[in-house]
Amino acid sequence: MSYFAIVITYIFISNLILAQFLGLCPFIGVSKNVESAVGMGFAVTFVMSIASLVTWALYHLILMPLGLAYLQTIVFILTIASLVQLVEMVVQKYSPVLYKALGIYLPLITTNCAVMGIALINIKSGYNVLESFTAGIAAGMGFLLAILLMSAIRVQMETERVPRFLKGAPIAFISGGLMAMAFMAFDNSLLNNLVG
Amino acid sequence: MDVILRIFWGFLSTVLFGGLLGLGLAVASRKLKVEKDETVEALDGVLPGLNCGACGYAGCGGYAEALAAGKDEDLTKCKPGGAVALAGIGKILGVEVDTNAVRMVAYVHCLGKEGVASRSYNYEGLEDCNAATVLFSGDKDCKYGCLGLGSCMNVCPTNAIRKTGDGLVVVNPDLCISCGKCVDICPTGVMRMIPEDADFVVACNSRDKGKLTKSNCKVGCIACKICEKKFPEAGYKIQDNLSILGYDNRGPGRAEAVEKCPAKCIIPYREVKIEEASSAG
Repeated sequence: MSYFAIVITYIFISNLILAQFLGLCPFIGVSKNVESAVGMGFAVTFVMSIASLVTWALYHLILMPLGLAYLQTIVFILTIASLVQLVEMVVQKYSPVLYKALGIYLPLITTNCAVMGIALINIKSGYNVLESFTAGIAAGMGFLLAILLMSAIRVQMETERVPRFLKGAPIAFISGGLMAMAFMAFDNSLLNNLVG
Repeated sequence: MDVILRIFWGFLSTVLFGGLLGLGLAVASRKLKVEKDETVEALDGVLPGLNCGACGYAGCGGYAEALAAGKDEDLTKCKPGGAVALAGIGKILGVEVDTNAVRMVAYVHCLGKEGVASRSYNYEGLEDCNAATVLFSGDKDCKYGCLGLGSCMNVCPTNAIRKTGDGLVVVNPDLCISCGKCVDICPTGVMRMIPEDADFVVACNSRDKGKLTKSNCKVGCIACKICEKKFPEAGYKIQDNLSILGYDNRGPGRAEAVEKCPAKCIIPYREVKIEEASSAG
C-alpha cells in the first residue's frame, strides 16, 4: 500500500475516533476548548508515531523471533505506558515550555486506547517499519482532526440553548455520533478514486 | 507439558520485560529530575487532594501552583479543606488568615415527601431531575420542591447525599465538603448552602402564593408572615412568598417561631440531622 493511501486511510476512512471509536475519553474530555484540543491532538500524534516505531521494532525484532507473538497485547501496554512516562520526563527536562503546553494531556495518553489501537493495527496489517510510522502519524492527524472539529462544535454549543439534561457529555456524544455518520461518507471508493 | 512451559516462559519474559522498563524509568527519572518548587509541594501537602474542582482549578495541584506563583490571592478557595487547609496555606505563605469562618453545607429545603406534596403525573423515565424537569418542570405540582431523583447524588464527590426512600434526598452535613456542585446541578434550586451550625431551617422553597402552595404541599411555606411579624429580631424574612431565615444575627424568638408556624415548615436543623442519621440504618 502506498504511503499516500495509508495517510488518507487513517485520517479519513478509518479515523480512529469516528470510524473505530477508539480514544473516546480524550475526545470527549479534552475538547471543551480549541486550545486544549489542539494540544491533546499534537501530543497524541507525537506519542502515536513514536509508539508505532517502538512497537514495530519490539514485535518484529524480539517477540517474533522468540515465538512470543501472543504476548503482544500485554507487552505493548507496558511499552506504551513506559514510553509516555519517558517522553514526559524528557519533555519536562528539555522543553519546559512544551511541557507546560501539553500539561496534563501527556500522562492522559498513557492509557489512551487509540495509541494501543494503532500499534496493534500496524502489526495486523503487516506494515513495514516506515509504513507503521506513517500510519502512526496519520492516525494521530486523524485524531487531531476529529478533536479539533469537536472542540469547534462544543465552543459553538456553549452559546446554544441545550436542554439541561443533555448539557455537557451527553450532547457531546450525540454530536460525535453525528460527526461519525458524516465521516461514513469516506470509504474505500475515496481511495480508489484518488489512487486508482 | 508444552503448554505449561509456554505459559511459564511467557510469564517470565513479561515479568522481566516489565521489570526492565520499570528500572529504565527509575533511572530516567533520576537522571531527568527537575527540581520542583518547594512551596508548591508544601501547599499540595496541606490541600485535601480531593481534586473536586471547587476552587475553580482542575485539581488541588493547579490551585497550589497558582497560590505559590502569587497568581491567586484568595486563600479561602479550598472549601473542602476548611479551616485546616486554610491555616496550612496561611502558614506556608506567611499570611494571616481568619480560620473562624463557619463551614457551609448544602441543605435540601423541602419536606414534600411522598404523600405530602401532590403529584401532577407519574414520572417514569431517566432517574435524573434535569430530565424530569423537561416534562412540565417535574412531576410535582410544586415547581420548587425536591424531585428526589438524585441528580445531586451523581455529582457529589463525597457521596454525602442519599435518597430517603420517600421521594426526597438528604445531605449528610458531616460528609459535605461545601463544593456546591449539587446546588449548581439542581434544577429547582431547592438546595442552598447553610452554615454547618445552623439552628433552624425553613424547609421550603415554594415561591408560589400561599393558597397555591397549600394545595400543592402540606408543609409548604404559605408566606403568612407570622414568623417575620411576631419575631422581628429572629431573622425571618419573607421574600417572594417564602420565608428565608438569616444566620448572621440570631436574635430571640427563633425557636418560638417554630411553634407558631402554621405550616410547620420551620424545623430545628440538628434534630433533623440526628433523625436522618438514625434512619440511615
